[in-house]
Amino acid sequence: MADSTYPIPGAVEAPSRRWSQAAVLEWLNSWVTTVDHKKLGILYIVYAIFFLLVGGAEAIAIRIQLIQPNMHFLSPQVFNRIFTMHGTTMVFLFGMTYIFGFANYLIPLMIGARDMAFPRLNALSFWLTFFGGILLYYSFIGGGGLYGAGNAPDVMWWAYAPLTERAFSPGHAPDYWALSLIVTGFGTIGASINVISTAFCMRCKGMTLMRLPLLVWVMTVASGLALITITPLTAAQVMLLIDRYLGGHFFDTQAGGSAMIWAHFFWIFGHPEVYVLVLPAFAIANEVIPVFSRKAMFGYPAVVASSVAIAFVSLGVWAHHMFTIGMTSVGNAFFVLSTELVGIPTAIKIFNWLATMWGGKIRFATPMLFCTAFVIQFLLAGLTGIILSIAPWNWQLHNSYFVIAHFHYILVGAIAFCIFGGIYYWYPKVTGRMLSEKLGKWHFWLFVIGFHITFDVMHIPGILGMPRSIYTYEADRGWGTLNMIVSIGGIIQAIAVLIFAWNLISSYFKGKIAGNDPWDAWTLEWSTPSPPPVYNFATDPVVTSRRPLWDLKHPDDPDWHYE
Amino acid sequence: MSTVAVTQAEMEQPWVQPSKGRVAMFCLIIAESAIFTIFVVAYVYNIGKSLYGPTPQQVLEVPIFNSICLLSSSLTIWLAERAIERNQVKNFGLWWAVTFILGAIFLVGTGVEWHKLIYEDGLTISTNLFGTTFYSLVGLHASHVIIGLCMLMVVLLFTITGHVREEHAERIQVLALYWHFVDAVWIVVFTVVYILGR
Ligand code: HEM
Ligand SMILES: [Cu+2]
Repeated sequence: MADSTYPIPGAVEAPSRRWSQAAVLEWLNSWVTTVDHKKLGILYIVYAIFFLLVGGAEAIAIRIQLIQPNMHFLSPQVFNRIFTMHGTTMVFLFGMTYIFGFANYLIPLMIGARDMAFPRLNALSFWLTFFGGILLYYSFIGGGGLYGAGNAPDVMWWAYAPLTERAFSPGHAPDYWALSLIVTGFGTIGASINVISTAFCMRCKGMTLMRLPLLVWVMTVASGLALITITPLTAAQVMLLIDRYLGGHFFDTQAGGSAMIWAHFFWIFGHPEVYVLVLPAFAIANEVIPVFSRKAMFGYPAVVASSVAIAFVSLGVWAHHMFTIGMTSVGNAFFVLSTELVGIPTAIKIFNWLATMWGGKIRFATPMLFCTAFVIQFLLAGLTGIILSIAPWNWQLHNSYFVIAHFHYILVGAIAFCIFGGIYYWYPKVTGRMLSEKLGKWHFWLFVIGFHITFDVMHIPGILGMPRSIYTYEADRGWGTLNMIVSIGGIIQAIAVLIFAWNLISSYFKGKIAGNDPWDAWTLEWSTPSPPPVYNFATDPVVTSRRPLWDLKHPDDPDWHYE
Repeated sequence: MSTVAVTQAEMEQPWVQPSKGRVAMFCLIIAESAIFTIFVVAYVYNIGKSLYGPTPQQVLEVPIFNSICLLSSSLTIWLAERAIERNQVKNFGLWWAVTFILGAIFLVGTGVEWHKLIYEDGLTISTNLFGTTFYSLVGLHASHVIIGLCMLMVVLLFTITGHVREEHAERIQVLALYWHFVDAVWIVVFTVVYILGR
């Protein structure tokens, strides 16, 4: 049905899986020089998953160190460095790149375009990001401690001044941190500009802004937010480098500079950043949940509006990370209230997902399992966020493991879950083969169980007063058993991720052939063969509603009747 | 049935979307504005916080001539835009060259100012907090002028070799947008550094 309307040039060859030396070089060359949005999307995703594994290994090292009191697995120095690398890797090398992986691969296909607006800028952005990642890990070369980790940055991902000034951090560790993030930051700016221009200027005929697939809308909002949040960080890092290399005094309290201004600049970036990371996760859920509930997404305009509202409000709440810095009570009140305000658009989103599932014919295939767990976990994490944003409670809980539990509940429980769901959902389109459902179920259940063991329990040592960022603790505090449980949960999650990695590789060679539209979905990408040919569409598609494939499959009852 | 008719009519309308060059440049400008905002905030926040001299009152002179040159270059580049739209390539080249010269004068002026500050007043980026914030903010703007001048120069070379025609109007306007932005930022920097800061 779909084929007759959007004819494809010739037959697409079945993906070949055999290798010779010349073929390998040819293959490598085709990836390094590519400007095709699909290949760049895949590169971004592979890069993100690679750093997910690296950051995960660092997390396991941290959890082994904390598994019982007085451990000596890592020295305090190396612990700080691993800790820094974990946070930096996960936020910048994994979090900021999965977004552009999905966006690059999917947006042109979903809006019926042949490529992104600026293919070369696209390649440049990826390689900037790539070299930024290399630069960060290049700091390992030079040896010392756990396979070179003794030279890595040790400033934590928030790099509070003046501890990052020359006087307190001699050597080059903070320079690696700042420079590599400036480079990846430029990559992010380029990629965001590309996403926004593509969504606004490359739509196929009939694809009005109110018919854009929700993924495209939300990715665009996230890219816009990335544009105005990554740049303050870049500016602050330039100031830090001016201080470190040119003898400047921005954060030098001895010369009248201010350490607090770093905290402000960092969190002006840092808070919206968490929404840059989570909005694309919403975007994935917005595509998966309707298809597996067999209903159109409930309240399309509300989904768009609440995404924009979240982006706006998140720009005005940064100082809820700074209640303990000592602000005026007016300042406290302002940031408490503005933070609570985020709850409104967030609640709208949760109602949209629930209403979409309500009364639907839900199929719990692996993508849907992940997205369902996401909705529940996101709700719970929002609640701990509300607790933290009440200033007096924050004074108790700040810099404790409660905070760590809160944000991992979202970063893992929402973002990682949606990414997994998204990969199970689109893998057939990208490779032409299905991921194994059996391994997928193993992955899902082990991961949910490990996740809840780790992060549900982690709130308790936080309430009992265990500070974050400590490399070990005394036995008499009563945190030992809890930490043991947390670490075991972490290891279960790691096993689940390894199953997932195995699934990705083995299904690539042996998975079930997918066909064009294995999930019986509605958006344009499923009208192309799997994997799609280089130019995506032989003839430019024309759409008349939000669910173009539904219209094709159900000519008797098309969507545009209702719009 | 009426819905079908409506959709049919909709199909026949021409399908227009915004120009991607312009959208991209607007995005870049938004990102750049965020960078400038942070530097401006750092400047304003630190006014008068230097523990030792020289102070802005002692050493800064208001660069009136410079600012007039830079701001009038926004006008000349606009005249250039108008000219290329109407396919008057000669006029375009002329206004474009004037823009370039005005920008270059501004840059030279900044150089002269910095030379005086460094060699006569002994103010460098590491002297005190004022030096740090001053050179960072004004330097950030100057580096944008340099990038702009490079791009103006490329277009100028293309014009002289006869490669610029009416069909390039759109790209040239996108570039001009950047130049207007650099000028607009100067108004902010000027106000903050030479008026509020003194
Ligand atoms: C209703 C929504 C939310 C509220 C009210 C909220 C509130 C807060 C507050 C008050 C803190 C500061 C805790 C402290 O350091 O004392 C915090 C920390 C944090 N939150 Fe949230 N949050 C919310 C949603 C999110 C989301 C969606 C994410 C991620 C996608 C997130 C990620 C983080 C992170 C990473 C930190 C810790 C930063 C650090 O200190 O390293 N939060 N949250
Ligand atoms: Cu926050």
